[in-house]
Amino acid sequence: MTHPIPPGTRDILPDEMRELRALQARLAEVFERFSYGEVATPTVEYDDVLARSGPAGAPAAHRFFDERGELLAMRADSTVPIARLVANRFATAEPPLRFFYNARAFRAVRPQRGQMGEFIQAGIELIGADAPAGTVEVIEVLSAALDAAGLGRAVIGLGDAALYRQLLEELGVDAEARAKLLEILAARDLVGLEMELDSLELSRPERDLLRRIPALRGGAEVLDEARGLGGEAVAKALERLAGTYEGLAERGIAERVALDLGLLRDLGYYTGAILEVYDPALGHILGGGGRYDELMGCFGRPLPAVGFALYLERVHVAQAEEERLAEGQRT
Amino acid sequence: MSGVARPTRALPQGPLRLALSRGALFEPTLDLLDRIEVDTRELRGESRSLIFETGELVVVTMRPSDVPTYVEAGAADLGITGKDVLMEQADRVFYELLDLGYGGCRMVLAGPAGDDRLEEHARRLGVLRIATKYPRIAERFFEDTGRRAEVIEVKGSVELAPVSGLADAIVDLVDTGRTLRDNGLVVREEIVHSTARLIGNRVAHNLRAKEIDELSARLRAEAGA
Repeated sequence: MTHPIPPGTRDILPDEMRELRALQARLAEVFERFSYGEVATPTVEYDDVLARSGPAGAPAAHRFFDERGELLAMRADSTVPIARLVANRFATAEPPLRFFYNARAFRAVRPQRGQMGEFIQAGIELIGADAPAGTVEVIEVLSAALDAAGLGRAVIGLGDAALYRQLLEELGVDAEARAKLLEILAARDLVGLEMELDSLELSRPERDLLRRIPALRGGAEVLDEARGLGGEAVAKALERLAGTYEGLAERGIAERVALDLGLLRDLGYYTGAILEVYDPALGHILGGGGRYDELMGCFGRPLPAVGFALYLERVHVAQAEEERLAEGQRT
Repeated sequence: MSGVARPTRALPQGPLRLALSRGALFEPTLDLLDRIEVDTRELRGESRSLIFETGELVVVTMRPSDVPTYVEAGAADLGITGKDVLMEQADRVFYELLDLGYGGCRMVLAGPAGDDRLEEHARRLGVLRIATKYPRIAERFFEDTGRRAEVIEVKGSVELAPVSGLADAIVDLVDTGRTLRDNGLVVREEIVHSTARLIGNRVAHNLRAKEIDELSARLRAEAGA
């Protein structure tokens, strides 16, 4: 007889656990080298406290009442709990503050899609450091973490969460159409985006601009191409991106960063730079992050902030795939 | 860990992998590939193989509804399948890159000809019983139009459902409309016009941006012609 466990959960056995622990240790070593201190927050928190991040946070998969009838929620990520922790415990501490975590998070899953309902995230939060310097630091730590994990081929995608919204505002697209276009873009439906743009009252160059911006991805040449397309919102976003990119070039890590002007993340609390991590050996992203300059304000300590989280199990799978590919090449 | 190669910073190599639907879209897709000068002779042959190397591309063939699965997982970098399939699997993560224009068919709500059961049930019972092979499209359609529907998923000939009394109406794909007519059904509402679409994997979309954009531009030029 087998004793079932809920969908999206799993047991971890010694061989895998040993490798996950080794990977966690390597990542922790990198985070500590960059002066980040480890924190742990409760697995369950008050639902209304986590919800202060607004509707943009990841929805909790599990909510339940405690013995006093209080509604509790299991954390869907560590960024919101750490924002709460900083407001509570570091209310007067001099920024910038640097924290890292190795923590399980819980999300809702659809059955039979191989999604994980419980997973381990290893990540950092840099609180009280403005763009671009703070963003550059976080990408540098991320790059070092990927190297420590043996993923020398991994690439960091860099975009700007505010670019498209500001561009639409500048071109006078009304709020309803704006929301619809952003939703379509976040769903990565470039065909739908083009159809929706065709239905709006826009001049031909404006429509071309809105169609071409999200398709721009690559190295530094993307900044020049986008500059050629014009517009004040584009210029502002490019200034932000170029500032970050120059900082990355100075540190010698620009080559592993691929710009993507169409990038939007699923979580809505991002305000400026957004990050995604790719490895050629894996079809799924290994992690992501970005700037969330308004989140801390939701907890009463307004400070600019930036961070990332790696999905530990996926990094582990990518390691195994890279190992397999390397062996295949050798024979 | 010890087996991992030293950092090479090299982008992925080898040909792009393209997932193709066998079925109604297969021939027109091969014709389109011919026009952008991809060698499709092997694909048109009698081979029972499911994977083909054309030089420029590695083509993997499968049933239409599997294409999003392969592309989401990165087992294929690109895929071509119908918009109906993409809508039914809307929760999967992939880029929808290009409307290829061919393979046109309509997703419709159809009910028995000369029968006002649909209106009557909506009015008196407040709910419609809808049989379909596309439960998510059907549910979304009724939700978006503010109506309640009890969606019944069937796997085989969906036209049988209203005739036999399983459902009041059906949501299904229509090409010529002949099957509907033969079973005494008429189109009541059109839900969406579906055509073949090019989709791309999220990781490949960034890591192989140049190659994908180049292929996509060639396809766009020929598909529009």
